[in-house]
Amino acid sequence: MNLNTDSLVPRGADGQPLAEGSWHIPSMLLKSPGLLALGEQLGALVDDGEPVVVLTPDLSFSNGLWAFHERHPDRFLQLGVSEQNSVSVAAGLATTGLRPYVTGFASFLALLCCEQIRTDIAYTRQPVRLIGHHSGITFGFYGTSHHATEDIAIMRTIANMTVVAPADHVAMGVLLKAYADHPLPVYFRMGRGREPLVYEPDDERIRPGQAIVHATGDDLTIIATGTTVHPSLLAAEELRAEGHSVGVIDLHTIKPLDEAAVVAAAEGSRGLMTVEEHNVYGGLGGAVAETLTDHGIGVPLLRHGIRDEYAPIGPPTHLYRHYRLDGPGIVEEARAFLKSGRMTSDVR
Amino acid sequence: MPASEGASLTTSSEVVERIRERAQFVRLETVRLISIAKTGHYSSTFSCAEILATLYYGVLRLRHGDPQWPDRDRFVMGKGHAAVGLYPILADHGFFDPELLDGYTRLGNPLGDHPDMTKVPGCDFSSGSLGHNLSVGLGMALGARMTGRDFNVYALLGDGELHEGQIWEAAAAAGHYGLGNLVAIVDRNGYCLDGKVDDIITIEPLADRWRAFGWDVVEVDGHDVPALLDTLLRLRDGAPAKPTAVIAHTVKGKGVGFMERDFGWHLGWLAEQDEAAVIRELKGEK
Repeated sequence: MNLNTDSLVPRGADGQPLAEGSWHIPSMLLKSPGLLALGEQLGALVDDGEPVVVLTPDLSFSNGLWAFHERHPDRFLQLGVSEQNSVSVAAGLATTGLRPYVTGFASFLALLCCEQIRTDIAYTRQPVRLIGHHSGITFGFYGTSHHATEDIAIMRTIANMTVVAPADHVAMGVLLKAYADHPLPVYFRMGRGREPLVYEPDDERIRPGQAIVHATGDDLTIIATGTTVHPSLLAAEELRAEGHSVGVIDLHTIKPLDEAAVVAAAEGSRGLMTVEEHNVYGGLGGAVAETLTDHGIGVPLLRHGIRDEYAPIGPPTHLYRHYRLDGPGIVEEARAFLKSGRMTSDVR
Repeated sequence: MPASEGASLTTSSEVVERIRERAQFVRLETVRLISIAKTGHYSSTFSCAEILATLYYGVLRLRHGDPQWPDRDRFVMGKGHAAVGLYPILADHGFFDPELLDGYTRLGNPLGDHPDMTKVPGCDFSSGSLGHNLSVGLGMALGARMTGRDFNVYALLGDGELHEGQIWEAAAAAGHYGLGNLVAIVDRNGYCLDGKVDDIITIEPLADRWRAFGWDVVEVDGHDVPALLDTLLRLRDGAPAKPTAVIAHTVKGKGVGFMERDFGWHLGWLAEQDEAAVIRELKGEK
């Protein structure tokens, strides 16, 4: 897709582009390939004949829907700063045969609109897709109002809801398409669109509901989702270099959860470690712990993530370092876990 | 194109009489069903009995027995607690077996205190949480425009429901998009749970509020069937350029003297003797 991005460039009074490095809201999109990709992927669904309509609460430059609007203005609905209204409007649209995609900051979409999502979309079984972007602590120093470290937990508890957190925009594109005809609502969780790519285009391992086993490991299997997949892969490489046998699973579909993959990892490793940009309560770690309990598996599990607190002020990358959610941090956590008494070989 | 009686009849006295009779049917069925449930929203339903009957027997374009007809006019009940008055009408339109009414609220029955579109044929959208359904109706009205269908959407809102902020998010968007196929009917019965709406948090100046959001406003006596019918048919057939708020001035508990005088009957139950007296009053037998 050849999008003309000239209109995104910031210009001075003379109409000339500002210096390299200056940026504003529209041009931020140029630094966020994942967001531009989202707009184009949704546009491609329209090209495929899907009855897609996208809704945005005043965020089309923040989430890449600008690119969608350029291609399909007749399928784009701007609803202004009214997230709750947007979700309920999507429910009404869905009853007329359209497939609405509501996009918004994960914090406002999942938390502010939780009840509209439950009551108007999930309970009524409407095929609405919710795309919560800038999830977790990707917003950094914008603060807790803009963080979403509860959205997985909230969405998991809503009956009829599928919860998906793709690791990059390649996986996002594949999974958006895979779920295009799903008859029930889906929550897609994504970061800020600057995540390093994990997958090559058309990677056939990306399938809805199926965990992607990047590697198996006798000592430890790291289970990650969404933004934590890439740093977990980096961490596993480092740990292997230190002599540990470490597997990595991308559990992109958190609900319904690929229980067989979790059970296989638990049976093949001395310990499991979940890594999530989310509260360790109720999210990926919670979901894996429930699965282990349901299957009567007593393998040691380290739930790594944000331990029931609100993040301090800081740039996103600094917060990842603070919470040991970057590659080196995950290595440290894993190393300590592997050395801990919990990981003695007779536990199994 | 086949349509309901409402599409082909005019404001003849015959239609008006039929609507009045069906409004009383709604009240009597409300009493009967609440007696089964042993709790229910009497006075909230009585205030909108003429509105429901006028819509379903005079205005909405429907097909008997075909609740999913794609070109039907939509009705969403923001004040979902009046669903007990809607169910007898939906059964009457052949959308489901009237015998289901006899098991109202009993275990496994599709009919609960608030309407569920996944269980009740003819219910165009679920409700129960106030403030949502004007947005839903807005989505339906936008959907009609985007899919090239010409149905109208009618949203019945409680006046207490207008305290909800989401109502005004939806109102702003509907006004902005000039959705003439959307009609909000405010059941202005004056009361919410704790007392008078305007003593709790005033919603006045109500007509000006809607106008300020880009809506046309019509005020009408919500128990005056000819006036309701005339208003709603004009909106249905007049292709308005803006959404319209019909402020229907009603009496909470209308039809039962002691309920009209006591807002507490928003929710309640009548013992056998009192229920018999209420039925006699509704039937005009005393």
